[in-house]
Amino acid sequence: MIAAGFAWRRHPPLVIGGVLTLALIAIAALSLVWTPYPVTELAIARRLQSPSAAHWLGTDQFGRDVLSMLMAGSRNSFAVGFVAVGIGLVCGTTLGAFAAARRGWIDDAVMRLADFTFAFPAVISAIMITALAGPGAINAIVAIGIFTIPVFARLARGAALQVWSREFVLAARAAGKGAPRITLEHVLPNIAGLLVVQATIQFALAILAEAGLSYLGLGAQPPQASWGKMLYEAQTFMQRAPLLAIFPGAAIAVAVLAFNLLGDGLRDLVDPRLRRARA
Amino acid sequence: MSLLEVDRLSIGLAGEAGTIRLVREVSFAIERGETLGIVGESGSGKSLTALAIMGLLPRGAIASGRVVFDGENLLAAGESRLCALRGDRIAMVFQEPMTSLNPVHRIGDQVAESLRLHRGMARGQAFREAAALLDRVGIPQAASRALAYPHELSGGQRQRAMIAIALACRPALLIADEPTSALDVTVQAQIVRLLRDLADEIGMALLLISHDLGVIGLLADRVQVMYGGRIVEAGATKDVFRHRAHPYTQGLFAAVPTRAARKGRRLVAIPGAVPKPEQLPPGCPFYGRCPKGVERCLSEPPAVAIGERHHAHCFFTDAAP
Repeated sequence: MIAAGFAWRRHPPLVIGGVLTLALIAIAALSLVWTPYPVTELAIARRLQSPSAAHWLGTDQFGRDVLSMLMAGSRNSFAVGFVAVGIGLVCGTTLGAFAAARRGWIDDAVMRLADFTFAFPAVISAIMITALAGPGAINAIVAIGIFTIPVFARLARGAALQVWSREFVLAARAAGKGAPRITLEHVLPNIAGLLVVQATIQFALAILAEAGLSYLGLGAQPPQASWGKMLYEAQTFMQRAPLLAIFPGAAIAVAVLAFNLLGDGLRDLVDPRLRRARA
Repeated sequence: MSLLEVDRLSIGLAGEAGTIRLVREVSFAIERGETLGIVGESGSGKSLTALAIMGLLPRGAIASGRVVFDGENLLAAGESRLCALRGDRIAMVFQEPMTSLNPVHRIGDQVAESLRLHRGMARGQAFREAAALLDRVGIPQAASRALAYPHELSGGQRQRAMIAIALACRPALLIADEPTSALDVTVQAQIVRLLRDLADEIGMALLLISHDLGVIGLLADRVQVMYGGRIVEAGATKDVFRHRAHPYTQGLFAAVPTRAARKGRRLVAIPGAVPKPEQLPPGCPFYGRCPKGVERCLSEPPAVAIGERHHAHCFFTDAAP
């Protein structure tokens, strides 16, 4: 798909999104081995400091280094993104491809179920699930994952139906291949590009949803670092230290922007005709 | 016993205004090793007949009657049985070599797939066999071309690859639906020759569907002419070509451009267009476009014997040249 003489200059969203994403991944990876200060180290003596040479982004109400917390928080966001989108991608694609292969009442049942799940705003649904199962990072991830399933189920079904109507599928059937084999060998490879694009965009949405849930106290629990939780804690000190809210807010915005740009760029690559036409 | 016996095959499409009959009571047989050609315009039901034999009718289409292959009624067979037969005993080649190959898999793998599926061959062995098949169907440097993706091949080469896939398991019957229509004229002749040679080589019966009378004349032992979902004339190819009995067959031949036509003679077109299936008249489907049509044609015309195993469904066959 990506030709050898690829003109990077013609795809600014892809380049910007890709660079930002790589930078975020690098930061998250770095935080595994090194942060300027230990994330959980409390030092009340130097609480609520402004940015300085020692603390580039200042300290919070417990004296923790904000930069270190942001770095560690990116890890949390990535974990949520990967696992939640993973759940949605695997379950949703399976359901969608199955529905497209079987058609009939199975198709109807799967799609009505997707409609039903879709009818709830994702964050409200996630609140419902975490309210039922209790707050916590794992539950938040699962909740976001579950409400990502119908997105992929619909996309996979629609794209798979298109592949099923292609002539090479008829030829494959004429060669004696059954529906499961055709789904694996012909349908999935042909819809993979679309799914990757959607996964990237869902990744951004998952990061946003996790921040929302953590902000509401339903996501990551202390002492785990999370951008949403930082935002929530900063709220109390809005008057005294507005930067405490601005930094995690900016981090969330940059991460979401990065994945959205990457997704849009990839979409243009996969199918130029779909430009800007959101699923 | 014939290899394939199609007995009063009808195909209907369930719609809002009741069932539309697209193929009506079509009966014919193919012997082992024989080539039968089906000629007709688009919409005559020839491709649907082929898909019905394969058990690959589109959703919503219903077939009735019997399709007996080697003693087994395929219309009553389950999907898993059909999967086992397709590609192994009955294979099919389609019109569009550009779209009949999966763009994301290598040619060699697509040929090898059939062998692995039906013959249980290991990957490496199947791939070597596939390369040999590609060589046999006339793809140059087959061993390296087997590694190519479909878009790297020309139309003619892709159709050769399709033929290699279809013939991988040496089927008893090959259905070729307009196998040359999408190709350049120069390539058409090569593909026709290839099909004929391969059919002879493995003793395979060929059901050849085409609107090209030239291709049918070159390949088919017997030919049947379809119009409006019915067989209007059938017989040995040379008999039908020499003594065209049905007015539709005559019209079809008159519409073929020849060198004689270039010298000032008008090319004759059949007036009107093929009516929609729901608007077909009762009785003879050609009534309304037929120069000889009279009211009597609204009742079912009988099968009139023209010669040995050559018959036409028309009241006016005696007027034929």
